[in-house]
Amino acid sequence: MSASYFLQQLLNGLSLGGAYALIAIGYTMVYGILRMINFAHGDVFMMAGYFMIYSMAVFPWFISLPFVIVCTIVLGIAIERAAYRPLRTAPRMSVMISAIGVSYLLENLANYLFTAMPQSYPQIPALKHVYTFGDISVSRVTILAPVLTVILTVVLVMVVNHTKLGMAMRACSKDQETARIMGIKVDSIITITFAIGCGLAAVGSILYFTDRNTVQPYSGSLPGLKCFVAAVIGGIGNIPGAVIGGFIVGICQIAITAAGYSVFSDAFTFVLLLIILLIRPTGLFGEKATQKV
Amino acid sequence: MKKKKVKTRNLVLTLIVLALVIAYLAFLQANSMQHSYAITIVERSCIYAVAAVSMNLIIGFTGQFSLGTAGFMCIGAYVTGILTIPVDMRDQIYYLYGMAPWLHDVHLPLGVALIIAFALCAGIAYLIGWPILRLKSDYLAIATLGFSEIVRAVFGWDGLGPITNASYGVSNIPAFTSIFECVAICAVCIVIMGLLIHSSYGRAFKAIRDDDVAAEAMGINLFRTKELSFVISSAFAGVAGGLLAVFMRSAVTSTFTVALTYNILLMVVLGGIGSVSGSIIGAFLVTGSQEWLRFLDKEYYWSDLFKNLAGTAFGGMKVPLLRNGFRMVIFSILLMVVVLFWNHGITGSKEVTWDRFAAFFAGRKRKKTAQEAKK
Amino acid sequence: MSEKKNVLLVEHLTMQFGGVVALNDLSLHVDEGEIVALIGPNGAGKTTAFNCITGVYAPTNGKIDFQGDTIAEGHPTGRMKKQYAGENKDTYTKTISHTPDEITKRGIARTFQNIRLFGSQTVFDNVLVAKHMRAKQNPFTATFMLNHREEKRMRDETWQLLEEQNLQNYADWEASALPYGMQRRLEIARALATGPSMLCLDEPAAGMNPQETDELASFIEEIRDRYHLTILLIEHHMNLVMNISDRIYCIDFGRLISKGSPDAVASDPKVIEAYLGVQQED
Repeated sequence: MSASYFLQQLLNGLSLGGAYALIAIGYTMVYGILRMINFAHGDVFMMAGYFMIYSMAVFPWFISLPFVIVCTIVLGIAIERAAYRPLRTAPRMSVMISAIGVSYLLENLANYLFTAMPQSYPQIPALKHVYTFGDISVSRVTILAPVLTVILTVVLVMVVNHTKLGMAMRACSKDQETARIMGIKVDSIITITFAIGCGLAAVGSILYFTDRNTVQPYSGSLPGLKCFVAAVIGGIGNIPGAVIGGFIVGICQIAITAAGYSVFSDAFTFVLLLIILLIRPTGLFGEKATQKV
Repeated sequence: MKKKKVKTRNLVLTLIVLALVIAYLAFLQANSMQHSYAITIVERSCIYAVAAVSMNLIIGFTGQFSLGTAGFMCIGAYVTGILTIPVDMRDQIYYLYGMAPWLHDVHLPLGVALIIAFALCAGIAYLIGWPILRLKSDYLAIATLGFSEIVRAVFGWDGLGPITNASYGVSNIPAFTSIFECVAICAVCIVIMGLLIHSSYGRAFKAIRDDDVAAEAMGINLFRTKELSFVISSAFAGVAGGLLAVFMRSAVTSTFTVALTYNILLMVVLGGIGSVSGSIIGAFLVTGSQEWLRFLDKEYYWSDLFKNLAGTAFGGMKVPLLRNGFRMVIFSILLMVVVLFWNHGITGSKEVTWDRFAAFFAGRKRKKTAQEAKK
Repeated sequence: MSEKKNVLLVEHLTMQFGGVVALNDLSLHVDEGEIVALIGPNGAGKTTAFNCITGVYAPTNGKIDFQGDTIAEGHPTGRMKKQYAGENKDTYTKTISHTPDEITKRGIARTFQNIRLFGSQTVFDNVLVAKHMRAKQNPFTATFMLNHREEKRMRDETWQLLEEQNLQNYADWEASALPYGMQRRLEIARALATGPSMLCLDEPAAGMNPQETDELASFIEEIRDRYHLTILLIEHHMNLVMNISDRIYCIDFGRLISKGSPDAVASDPKVIEAYLGVQQED
């Protein structure tokens, strides 16, 4: 294996990891507040891909980008209102089944509306520009993905740690009842959390699909699960952890594909999950929670 | 005295229903040519009922959110398929990889193959349960979903081609000799799981579901009990997979996707989480209606539905909404509606019994008389 | 010294969560047939002590013996070595821990501060579940009803217990539908069904009025005599504690501040100081 090949794959891994990291943040934030796996998050990401296809048919790319992000946020908030809010006091399992139901619905809806045929993802010239260094050729999006991810993460961490909104979010994730008593509007905090998560997923989807060229109804489910695994690896509820988890999962996937075992690239993510859960059930950066009796 | 009377009544009613079911099956079998469609629906429903009850055992009775059903069904399907296809057809099926010589001449009757599938799934469940059952319920969901994907990847891998025929899957599996064979195997599986749930171990499962801390304080070993439930549930999922393979006469990894797990989950939720009879009803209802609602997937013109519209402009228009995929949209909306507004499902967490029927009708009568008295 | 056998012996028990020392160097012993009370203001660490004894937590440091066997022993390890703020740092070297179900099997049964019944199941099933642990069966025999004799014995014993506890008329009720006092009673009945030699009651009188509390006092003495039990209880109600306990331990901020006969503890100025607020509330 030559050095340039290695570098090329590393860049691909970082790019994929960046997209995964952005989606993983959505999982980790929702889990932090609601203690639920938002199974539908991966499908929201897939829907963002379709939004892009249809908006690019009408608008130029610089209007399409914000438009897609806004649409995805609206979709996420609508899901939260319709499917999760009515179950706030229900047992955890009902919420989880509801999340699965939403995921199932979105996949089937996409299958119905957009047909099962893969549709080609619009090319944004500004992102597809290819640089060549010797043997290595990379598109702009490949370089942009990890950089953008890191910038967005830093901004998000600042928001969570240093603003009033962030303080309210942290309060909700510690104890919703007490937060409510302290005058925090828990429902609107949850809505904002979903909005941030879905907005990042929309950005992630643009980065991911630009590299992959096609969208189909099931192209969200597996990346979705992988990103949840990434969030678990980083320690669920921990934003920088989710980002690092995302990069780990992305790089591992590219490495395994490059090594010629692409059949196992999906399976390996879950092997990684099992290993992490065996060694460190709280993830790399998670805090240990004591059970209350 | 009265109790005894009720008991005999229940026994008689049960026997009558059983006789009716057998008579119906015999009728189908005798006219299998005309009723082949009905036979497929009954068989498919029974097989899904086994899968649904097995999923209910771990989710509804033990409260552990495991989503590995499709993975175990995949294992069961392949094992059953590989062991039962006729020896003389094997070279033809495995023409690409050539079947492994040690396996080539191993041919077993369906019953034995299913038992092997059961044992293998139980063993695998035991191994993977060891790390993941110590986790909280939500990690369990992801880990088991992941397991399903791993299984699919492994069975589709070229390296295992001589055994699994990789992505081509196994085909030409001999079909059921009669509808009775399928229904009887399914019934035995469901009865065994029902008995387990009814036993002391079943009570321990429910205790863990209701309150794991209290259950532990009552001397119930959390891990071992969960493991038991998981192993049994997975093993029967494997048997259901084996039966499905025989039913479809082939086993391919693309059948056993996450969507299959979700489909079975729909049956469990619709029927009632924590009720064996609910799962059976759910399986029949979902399978049956998925067949009956197939027309939703076809495109129609108004004139196809109403003959007198032919020739008018309206008759030439397409019926809105009906298009490929619409059926599954309806089913996913149904799942959402059940979860959001009707989370007890059809039966709730209780079993359907004759006493419950009697109480239901008595309650209606009482309501009626009360209303009449008011007048 | 009386020749009564020692049942429970807790030595230098320390429990530290992160930087918080919930329980510091607690030593106590309970002899056979005694009723011993553990009192202290809210947050003093009483329930933590219970959780260590019943195996929910593994102690950070210290040792617990039950009927002569060590059921838990711990010493600070790993990160805790640096953080450890308790005492007797190097006294213990072994690490022994058991899960709650093993402790229950050895004969310590418990109830919970906030009642934890199997709400959706009947009163009868709630008690019957506790018989599962000691039943001679395996999944195979249980499934195929080869253990019907054992099953019948379990059911008969459960009936007997319900009758003794005056719960037989509620056997078919859903546990969550019972009135509060009955739920407490059912929880005790369920604990008794595990066949314990020692019973740990976590605030059994919480939420009860004075009359119910008096009834509870005689009830606790009655079950002690009938089932030959040793009882350790946590309580806030001083009336109840004064009436029935043989000895009292009082803790505050995780530390033992007083021990001895009820009268001695009640007149201890340290106890009065710790309790002042609470007594006024009562």
